[in-house]
Amino acid sequence: MRRLLAHPSLVVGMGISVLFALLAMVSLVWTPFPIADIDIGRRFLGMTAEHWLGTDNLGRDMVSLLMAGTLTSFVVAAVAVAIGVGVGVPLGLAAAAWGGPVEWLVLRLSDFIFAFPAVVVAILITALIGPGAINAIIAIGIFNIPVFARVARGGALSIATLDFVAAGRLAGLGNAAIAYRHLLPNILSLIIVQGTIQMSLGILAEAGLSYIGLGTQPPETSLGLMLKDAQSVFLIHPWLGLAPGLAIVLIVIGLNLAGDGLRDAVDPRLRQVQTNVA
Amino acid sequence: MILFILRRLLGFAATLLVAALVIFVLLDLLPGDPAQFMLGLNATPESVARLRMQMGLDVPAPQRFLGWIWGMLGGDFGMSYTQRAPVGELIWGRLGVTVPLSLLAMGVSMAVGLPLGILAARRRGKALDTTIMIVAQTGIAVPGFWLGMLLVLAFAVNLRWLPPGGFTPWDEDAGAALRGLILPSLALALPQASILARVMRTALVDVTGQDFIRTARAKGLTMGEAVWRHGVRNALLPVLTILGLQFAFLIAGTIIVENVFYLPGLGRLINTAISERDLILVRGATMILIIAVTLTMLLTDLAYGLVDPRLREGASS
Repeated sequence: MRRLLAHPSLVVGMGISVLFALLAMVSLVWTPFPIADIDIGRRFLGMTAEHWLGTDNLGRDMVSLLMAGTLTSFVVAAVAVAIGVGVGVPLGLAAAAWGGPVEWLVLRLSDFIFAFPAVVVAILITALIGPGAINAIIAIGIFNIPVFARVARGGALSIATLDFVAAGRLAGLGNAAIAYRHLLPNILSLIIVQGTIQMSLGILAEAGLSYIGLGTQPPETSLGLMLKDAQSVFLIHPWLGLAPGLAIVLIVIGLNLAGDGLRDAVDPRLRQVQTNVA
Repeated sequence: MILFILRRLLGFAATLLVAALVIFVLLDLLPGDPAQFMLGLNATPESVARLRMQMGLDVPAPQRFLGWIWGMLGGDFGMSYTQRAPVGELIWGRLGVTVPLSLLAMGVSMAVGLPLGILAARRRGKALDTTIMIVAQTGIAVPGFWLGMLLVLAFAVNLRWLPPGGFTPWDEDAGAALRGLILPSLALALPQASILARVMRTALVDVTGQDFIRTARAKGLTMGEAVWRHGVRNALLPVLTILGLQFAFLIAGTIIVENVFYLPGLGRLINTAISERDLILVRGATMILIIAVTLTMLLTDLAYGLVDPRLREGASS
């Protein structure tokens, strides 16, 4: 624990991320005002004692919207990471443990999925079943699969040559048992680091998808949807667009710092590159 | 080298074929009757039957799939039901916005990101390095479309330097068309430039520690010369991979940013197609996006093989 705290970017990043995550969780049980509370007479209030960050074009309290929106953004990104880990990690481990045709198949599959940017997947799903937060989850989740497959395979390959894995094989363990008992525990830290980074990419992607109407729909709210709502009145009431945008930027910086810090804490040699989802 | 190119071309064709199959199955086979789906619940049976004929739904699915592929090979993407025009023509008309926008954004991203990355690596650990990296860390976290909204506020509304949105066709006034793409390309490029600066810095720092830089120094080059002549060129290899990925994502990113600036590009076309349930148009447009992304990956791979001969030998991963 002390070793982790020695990395300032990890502490700062975790601090920011946890703060926003807590705000989001609190919105489940309490927000200053109900977010469905529309009151046109109160709209476009500036910062007041009652409404700390003012109200939006429908008179809804901005603090409440931000809290609930952050929750949606976090949930979408987190479930998408879970999909990526749940499918990608077993694929990557299988590729490393079995090798040969299995590995070839996994690599081709992940190449193939890279050809489908999250936006394209979201477009296809929306054309089929209409818009919704679930589309964003699936689209971002699919994007995450090859990312985790590659990380898992890379990590597992570097461990597969070590003596304790050979010892396991001599003891009669099959590929699946090797992957589960020896490879998986040793790549967990890699997965957690990558998970943090994919969380931040997922939040950015959710914002983009909701902004063009392919993601979260009213009466639900998300940070991206708030930006979409703010677009038409942005030039007159810039604050409505500034607040959710700043929230996104802060959360993503927090998660990225936490990811960088974790990576340095786990293994400073792992300098990985990240790209954008949408 | 020829074998390497052939393998990559084969992979390219296979990817597109499977992608086409996935799209076809999703949009054509799963949700009951596409004609009914497109026309909605109030459609008369006659109009549904007419649309089924028009879409060729009366022939078996495998035959329809092959017909679609065959048509696309000849540039025929089918007829849009809502716009009553060939899908290929509709898409082609929109590419005049989307493609220049992506290219411009890519250019800006490189022009900003690469020099900053090199500068940061050369001043590693100094205040300038820290500053650039803090700016880059922030830049990565900014959603491109939100940056676009801020740019409109600053440069179009307050300073009145550039148009806030909309697009003048190229053949009407090329200068105005270009001016209309400046803010959108900045919005797309700056987050990408931040990533690029970080990658460039890391790659150059890695390379600077290598033996051949020491050799170059021993031969009498200054550190600056050694890094410039030998370091940057070697560091560009990992950067090239990222450039390919970035361009692929820029193409997808334009779809989102077009909305901020009301640009009549591919994104707007797709939005309309979705809301009007024009599955044939959606199918064609998504296929074009996937072709663009896959083509970018192919070109990156080929460029990589050209620059680094080692990759041509073991071409498996």
